[in-house]
Amino acid sequence: MFNRRILLAALALGIAAAAPASAQEKSIVVSSTTSTQDSGLFGYILPLFKSKTGIDVKVVSQGTGQALDTGRRGDADVVFVHAKSQEEKFVADGFGVKRFPVMYNDFVLIGPKSDPAGIKGSKDVGTALKTIMAKGAPFISRGDKSGTHSAEINLWKASGVDIEKEKGPWYKSIGQGMGAALNTASASSAYVLADRGTWISFKNRGDLIIAVEGDKRLFNQYGVMLVNPAKHPKVKKDFGQLFVDWLVSPEGQKAIANYKINGEQLFYPNASDAGA
Amino acid sequence: MTGDVSALQLVLSGDPGLFAIVRLSLLISLSAVLFAGLIGVPVGAFIALTLFPGREGVIVVLNALMGLPPVVVGLAVFLALSRSGPLGSWGLLFTPQAMVIAQTVLVAPIIAALTRQTIEDLWVEYRDELAAMNIGPAGRVATLVWDARFSLVTALLAGFGRAAAEVGAIIVVGGNIEGFTRTMTTAIALETSKGDLPLAIGLGIVLIFIVILINALAWAARRAGERTAG
Repeated sequence: MFNRRILLAALALGIAAAAPASAQEKSIVVSSTTSTQDSGLFGYILPLFKSKTGIDVKVVSQGTGQALDTGRRGDADVVFVHAKSQEEKFVADGFGVKRFPVMYNDFVLIGPKSDPAGIKGSKDVGTALKTIMAKGAPFISRGDKSGTHSAEINLWKASGVDIEKEKGPWYKSIGQGMGAALNTASASSAYVLADRGTWISFKNRGDLIIAVEGDKRLFNQYGVMLVNPAKHPKVKKDFGQLFVDWLVSPEGQKAIANYKINGEQLFYPNASDAGA
Repeated sequence: MTGDVSALQLVLSGDPGLFAIVRLSLLISLSAVLFAGLIGVPVGAFIALTLFPGREGVIVVLNALMGLPPVVVGLAVFLALSRSGPLGSWGLLFTPQAMVIAQTVLVAPIIAALTRQTIEDLWVEYRDELAAMNIGPAGRVATLVWDARFSLVTALLAGFGRAAAEVGAIIVVGGNIEGFTRTMTTAIALETSKGDLPLAIGLGIVLIFIVILINALAWAARRAGERTAG
C-alpha cells in the first residue's frame, strides 16, 4: 500500500517533468558570454524587455567561442558576444544575419597587491605583459577561446610575443570561465586579464587589485546577431529580431547605461557607432 | 561562517527563486531515477537470471558503466539533441526534459548493475524452490524483484545520489538558464564562478540536507514496508 503510493507519486513527478514544453511559449534562447551574465547585466535588462514584449529570454552563458558554436549548430536564436573578428566571420559564413554593435566596456589587467612584476599604475599594457614574462610572474590565462582569451592573445601578439611558443611554467592556461580564472588568480597571487564588468561584480577578490587600466588597446566591444533562419529554419526569427532591435534601440541602450553596481557603470552603449 | 547564514536566510525567508531551484532539482533527479529504474531493474534482473553467451562480458561492461563520466554523457546527449544532431527536431536541448534524459542515461547502469547483484544473490537462495514450482523466466524475474524490493531501494537511492550530486551532464544539456534549467548543482557552479563562495557553500549545505532528507524518507518507507510485509 505504502509502496504503491510512493510509486504513484514518483510517476506523477516523472510525467510532470517529461511533459513537453508548450509550443506557444513566447521565449528565445540567447547564447552569450559569461561576462554579460556574471556581471548581472542580463538580470537587470531582461525583465525590462519582458515587460515590454512578453518574451522570455533564456540565456545560456558560455565563452564567446562556445556561444558562437551554439549559434552555428542552431541551438540558439540570438548570439550576443564580444570578439568582433569572430563575429564577422560568423556572419560571413552565413550563420548570422547581420552583426550590430551594442556596447563596450574595457579589459583590466588584474594582479596581486604585492605586484611582483612591478607594473602597478602603468598605462601601457604591452610593456606590462612583457615585464610579467621577463620576471616570470604567475599569469592565469582563460585558455577557453572566449572573447577575453582572444583579447589576451591579441595583446601578447601586439607586444611582439608569440605566447604559444614563449610561455613558461609561469603561464597557466586553465580552460575555464572568467570567474574561475579570477578565483584561481586570487588563490595563487597571479596576474589575469579580466573584463571590467565581471571584475566589478566579482566577490572573491582576496588580494587582487587592478594593475593596469586605461590603455586603448584594452577596449572591449560587444555585438549581437540573429542566427540565420536560412541555415536553421527553427530559429525564432521574429522574437529574436525583436530582441536585437530592442538592444540597439534608444530604450535598450538606456537600460544598458543605467545598469550600475555601487554607482559604477559597467557597460557603455554605442549602437549608433556603425564602425564599432 | 557567513555562508550558512546567507543560505539559511534564503531558506527561512522562503525565497521563491531558491524554492524553484530546489523543486526543479528534485523533479529532474527523481524523474531520472524513475525512468532509470523502469529500465535498469528489469534489465538487471534479466541478466541475473538468464544464461546467454557473453553474459560475463555484459556484466563487466555494466559494472564499468557505473563510472560513466557525467560530462561525457552530457556531451553525447547534447550532440544528439542539438538542432544539428539526429534528434534535433525534438527541440529538447536546453530544457528540463533534456536534463532528465541525460541523468537517466547516467543512472540506469548503476541501478541495473546493483539490481543484477542483488537478484543474483537472492537467486542462489531461491533457485531450488522456484525450479520445483516450475515457474518460467518472466515469472522468476517478477517473483525475485518483488521479494528483493526492499533491498532494491538501496539501488534506487544510489542512483538518486548520483543524479542529485552531478553537475557535469545537466549543465551541458540544460545550459543553466535562470528560472528554467538552473538546479542546485548548476547554481553552485555559477555562484562559485561569480566568486560568491559563501553563497555557493550555503547552497551546498542545503543540497546535502535535502539528500539526507530523501534518504531518511526512503529508509522510513522501507522500514514501514518491511513491518507490513512481516
